[in-house]
Amino acid sequence: MDKILLAHGSGGRLSHELIKGYLLGYISNEILCKMDDSAVISLAGRLAFTTDSFVVKPLFFPGGDIGRLAVCGTVNDLATSGARPLYLSLALIIEEGFPLGDLQKIMESMRNAATEAGIKIVTGDTKVVNHGGADGLFINTSGIGVIPDNTNISGANARPGDKIILSGTLGDHGVAVMAAREKLRFQIPVQSDCAPLNTLVESIMEFREYIHCLRDPTRGGLATTLNELAGQSETGMIIYEDALPVKNAVRSACDMLGLDPVYVANEGKMVVIAAPEKSEQILEAMRSHKYGRESAIIGEVTAKNPGRVIMKTILGASRIIDMLSGELLPRIC
Amino acid sequence: MMIGEERTLAKKLIQEIFRISSKEINLMEFCGGHTVAILKQGIRQLLPGHVHLLSGPGCPVCVTATGDIDSIIHLSGYRDVITATFGDLIRVPGSTSSLQKSRAEGNDIRVVYSALEALDIARQNPGKRVVMVGIGFETTAPTVAASILQAAREGIKNYLVYSLHKLTPPVMKALLDSGEVKLDGIICPGHVSTVIGARPYEFIPLNYRIACAITGFEPLDILEGINMLVRQIESGTPCVEIAYRRAVKPEGNLKALELMEQVFRVGSAWWRGIGEIPGSGLQLKEEYRVFDAATVFQLTPQDATEPAGCLCGEILRAAKTPLDCPLFGKKCTPEQPVGPCMVSAEGACSAYYLYGESDG
Repeated sequence: MDKILLAHGSGGRLSHELIKGYLLGYISNEILCKMDDSAVISLAGRLAFTTDSFVVKPLFFPGGDIGRLAVCGTVNDLATSGARPLYLSLALIIEEGFPLGDLQKIMESMRNAATEAGIKIVTGDTKVVNHGGADGLFINTSGIGVIPDNTNISGANARPGDKIILSGTLGDHGVAVMAAREKLRFQIPVQSDCAPLNTLVESIMEFREYIHCLRDPTRGGLATTLNELAGQSETGMIIYEDALPVKNAVRSACDMLGLDPVYVANEGKMVVIAAPEKSEQILEAMRSHKYGRESAIIGEVTAKNPGRVIMKTILGASRIIDMLSGELLPRIC
Repeated sequence: MMIGEERTLAKKLIQEIFRISSKEINLMEFCGGHTVAILKQGIRQLLPGHVHLLSGPGCPVCVTATGDIDSIIHLSGYRDVITATFGDLIRVPGSTSSLQKSRAEGNDIRVVYSALEALDIARQNPGKRVVMVGIGFETTAPTVAASILQAAREGIKNYLVYSLHKLTPPVMKALLDSGEVKLDGIICPGHVSTVIGARPYEFIPLNYRIACAITGFEPLDILEGINMLVRQIESGTPCVEIAYRRAVKPEGNLKALELMEQVFRVGSAWWRGIGEIPGSGLQLKEEYRVFDAATVFQLTPQDATEPAGCLCGEILRAAKTPLDCPLFGKKCTPEQPVGPCMVSAEGACSAYYLYGESDG
């Protein structure tokens, strides 16, 4: 067998063969392997619960694939409430004819990401749709995590005077995927930053009383994330262009394509908004984590201009940074 | 250059502009890329209040006539046609539809980064006719010309180009002849000039006594260009200067010009908001007519009416700014654009909307 057939989604013998013979082995654990219709888990305390669907094209890109993305995306959404991610569900919607080898590669990369994040996939579902009914493979994951005591992190909690910390360089994922999709060849290849950020968040949770907002700037980029936070918190925000970390290769690619790195997607970055008195210590803790080495304080929260994000440009002028609208399209000349 | 150095140099240039500039002047940045860079860097806020920057018609998507957009949408409806186009054209509204809507209706429309990619699509789909929509100024025309020559060499029969290419100097002349806007200086386009060089602008200082500076897209390039223009204007010695020497030679890129010359002939073109300008467009030469979508599909250049209330025409002629338009930011936003200047990433309205200034 080298391709997924419609019958693999029938629920009958072939379904069992696919799941038990080819998929389960990658992600098995004592809860999943019971093979009951629902996973039974015991948890205590406040829970965080989230879901996300993944439809990236191409499925494989430099620095990751849809499997790694599906695990990291949900882990990171849990981490943004300060939660320790514990359990994941996994639903695969596979297009008839999908190569089994690719599916196995994706399962392997999910296993690696789950292991790295210390999370278990405890329940799952597999469907196969007619040729043309899906674009290769769609994945949905949902996740549950436990929130430590004395944590009150929300997009609505930013206060004037808070510092805005970003965990690293902007736009790596979006540029890597766009380059792979459009087969653009850059001299310096750009890798996606796709990574589970829960241990980065855990490394700063000792300062949790001072951490007001956490958010991962994915689609729509930093600009959209900060606009959301400014809107939810009813505060203004100011960021400094010269403080924004952007890799040279990403900057050149963006210049060429007419994109702005603040609007390009990230999959392994966290925005931390924290009280000024602990911001340096939080920054230092983030910089000593492998996914936060290039962390920087990029701006602060203001009382002025509620709901607006302002950028001080390199030349010292100010401009408004709005949310992304429409899809990112490359320019002509 | 380090950010610190860049800032120091920028400060020097700005001080210099303040020192020498005494008169109320209008400078037009021709190119949409310049409009974006100027707004993104907040350069207008850093200049003396009497130095006004006006956005010009240099946005290829914006100046594509509504009637031509309608023709492209019509083309995309043929069952055996794959339409290949550059980025943001797909969102531009025609009279009744857009390529985006046509794509949603099931027509095969692909966004490409270069004409050679469209040629690749033709190679891979021998049963289909692939129509590359050739839009853009002298910047994109040479690669489209190269794709036609390549198709001819390989004997590819299912590759067609719908040339809506436009030329920069003739539209500048048309704007200056109309006398609608009083201009003192023009920031000439950077990328276009890498192809055509500096000489095609020489008629501007000579016949109209208007200053010209060709410049790049970095903040320092733009400030240097403005500095050159102010100096020329204040001293009463307009000429064509290059503030973008690392990319632009006075004679241009001879190889690129030769490619264009080989494939295209100069003809009339319709410009959205401006009208028909003789000698401002590029059409395929007779010997390449088998590649000419205009001939094969019998498309005739045309104009169509603009949406009610839309000021894109005036904005493209630098007669109005986006802020003068009653639809701007209200009925017309990047999510729901009424006119092309709000659609294209290089459009003045989109730049004003996205990079609006703030008193921060």
